[in-house]
Amino acid sequence: MKIRTIKELLNAEVICGDDLLDNDVYSACGSDMMSDVLAYVKDQAVLLTGLVNSQVIRTAEMMDMVCIVFVRSKHPTDEMVELAKESSMAVLTTDMRLYEACGKLYVNGLVGNGRKL
Amino acid sequence: MSESLTFHYDVDGEDFTSAGQASVQVKKNLRRLGISPDIIRQVSIAMYEGEINMVIHAGGGKADVIVTEDKIEIILADKGPGIADVSLAMQEGYSTAPDSVRSLGFGAGMGLPNMKRYTDEMTIESVVGQGTTIKMTVKLA
Repeated sequence: MKIRTIKELLNAEVICGDDLLDNDVYSACGSDMMSDVLAYVKDQAVLLTGLVNSQVIRTAEMMDMVCIVFVRSKHPTDEMVELAKESSMAVLTTDMRLYEACGKLYVNGLVGNGRKL
Repeated sequence: MSESLTFHYDVDGEDFTSAGQASVQVKKNLRRLGISPDIIRQVSIAMYEGEINMVIHAGGGKADVIVTEDKIEIILADKGPGIADVSLAMQEGYSTAPDSVRSLGFGAGMGLPNMKRYTDEMTIESVVGQGTTIKMTVKLA
């Protein structure tokens, strides 16, 4: 799925990474606990979260993720956006809740942890 | 690479926002050395967890990453309160982090188990009231 499709499905606003929208991603995860992301995520390229602090960007960076979607209309700080830009990550924000946003992406083919629909 | 290469970092314990800076830097340095992406990920996640722990529990500390021909060693040393029961601390889900830390997305009791999971060897030396030193090794090739 292209990051552009994520933007469209979630009716999301692109905060940074306009130039990355045509990149393909193959799996995603959703969590507000970065500890769990670090423990359980394998090769997911997209992180959906309602948590807003710099460690969200750093966690995604450690996991080699390329796109972060903030749910519940959460907006990252300027500092977070700078960190994301440095790491070539696309950052989006949607007014959907975490469950709804994950479900929407999942039924449209963006799986988690390598499992097929 | 016949000699070792050491990267040293001081981890600031005052500021949760800046936690992880050393790990990001290590990741960049290892990438420059041409280390494989899988190894880089193992090292950087283990170090990041350790760095977060040092900020949450110990008021910061020192981190050294030593790269030799056949392994990468990560040594994290702090002068924090120490770990009273290391085997308990190694259990997944056990955490002494306050709720304020959980609201920041950490403190699920996964840090130390995760560090062990992502590395080939890990030792913890801790003295209550004096501090903790964690050594982790990731083998190359």
